[in-house]
Amino acid sequence: MSGVIVIGAGQAASALAAKLRAGGYEAPVTLIGEERDPPYQRPPLSKAYLLGEMPRDRLYLRPESFYAEAGITLRLGAPVTRIDPQARRVHLGEEALPFDHLVLATGARPRRLPAAIGGDLAGVFTLRGIADIEALAPLMRPGARLLVVGGGYIGLEAAAVARKLGLEVTLVEQSARILQRVAARETSDWFRALHQSHGVEIREGVGLARLTGETRVEGAELSDGTRLRIDLVIAGIGVSPESGLADAAGIACGNGIAVDAQGRTSAPGIWAAGDCAAFPWRGRQLRLESVQNAIEQAECVAANIMGAGRAYDPHPWFWSDQYDVKLQIAGLGQGHDHVVTRPGKRAGSVSHWYFAGPRLLAVDAMNDPRAYMAGKRMLEQGRSPEATEIADPTQDLAALMRAPARQTEES
Amino acid sequence: MAKITYIDPQGARHEIDLRPGMTVMEGARDNDVPGIVAECGGACACSTCHVYVAEGWADRLPPMDPMEEDMLDFAPGVEPGRSRLSCQLTVSEALDGLVVEVPQEQA
Repeated sequence: MSGVIVIGAGQAASALAAKLRAGGYEAPVTLIGEERDPPYQRPPLSKAYLLGEMPRDRLYLRPESFYAEAGITLRLGAPVTRIDPQARRVHLGEEALPFDHLVLATGARPRRLPAAIGGDLAGVFTLRGIADIEALAPLMRPGARLLVVGGGYIGLEAAAVARKLGLEVTLVEQSARILQRVAARETSDWFRALHQSHGVEIREGVGLARLTGETRVEGAELSDGTRLRIDLVIAGIGVSPESGLADAAGIACGNGIAVDAQGRTSAPGIWAAGDCAAFPWRGRQLRLESVQNAIEQAECVAANIMGAGRAYDPHPWFWSDQYDVKLQIAGLGQGHDHVVTRPGKRAGSVSHWYFAGPRLLAVDAMNDPRAYMAGKRMLEQGRSPEATEIADPTQDLAALMRAPARQTEES
Repeated sequence: MAKITYIDPQGARHEIDLRPGMTVMEGARDNDVPGIVAECGGACACSTCHVYVAEGWADRLPPMDPMEEDMLDFAPGVEPGRSRLSCQLTVSEALDGLVVEVPQEQA
């Protein structure tokens, strides 16, 4: 038995390997990672870790001893050069490793600002790996002038950390509003006001024309002609799925590596999971960039490698931390036609409920876990509350959720 | 060190010595205790590290903050007075001897 090789050593790879062992899979399991750290959590990189509130070893998903004890081989700092689907081998330069099953858990890479507009100057960062933060954190000093390019969650989280550390922060978003790709106007408005109240200068509908400086970034020219003096740039302009190896091996790719409901790619014995994989979901190919997706899709693939024949059908959820606000999102809001705002029971807590006609699609909850949990349960059960009930804060959320089946748990 | 005992969904007991400063969730994750999923990694965002604390312990634990309280208001299988999110339980000498039960399902 050659066993399972996983290309990637992140959240999905770690979850997959652990699930195989928990399920009794006995053949070799090898994770091949480009980075030198054992599998670690990425979400804190743009939050507590950048803020300096979390030690490095606490990022690790499991202690290194776990892998040794579970018989999971970690090959770290090891770039895969080629996949040979016919011979069922993975090549690392001169070395070739055979596999029974190969899982592509290659993740995604951040889009970078083009070198032609100064994206290769020193002082320009993206936030994806531990190494990015190690290089950036020492430069996050009070009074430094930071330009954040991109008003998505990564850019907003970085702006929040920077303000906490005392930097001067300007954020530019070339779309008409921040969070335009992922959230409704109501949520964009709420987060704009939050960041403005913390002293971030937010400029929407304005792009970056170019960065200036000799070797290190010193200034920025915006699309409206504004010139800024800056010391640092963080680009949060999205990620691209890492599908290069798959593509070169002739495996079908679209927006990511295409898989079927069970996680199989177009090549026999080769699977994909996590940020890199596009899977069929409610009539379309969906690719999610989230911890939940990495874990659950990877666990589903692990089960299917062991013959479960299970389809992956997630109920997506996400979270973000900015200042003292926890945003929790249940569902996907794309395609909504109206949004209902519901004040929460605590001061400052509020939720936005996305509907398409009578159907609930998603909930954005700001410091309002009750709304998040209620919305998540309703979405999982395929039930939609009346928009009028949601809009009425005197209606109890618990009453709006059907009473859950009692667990008869003896303890 | 503080000894924490986890009773997993199959009823197996896992006695683990944890360093103060870690969370009860991290202790379970690092030692491969089944049933504690902890998808969000300890951000108090997901409720998949829900545990029941043994009788007599609820009042000896650090109090719940409003986020945890609200999460547990609506999480499935919650039993008031016994339910906690283990990512919010930071280990200290005072927790030596704590016993937690892991529920059958996390959501």
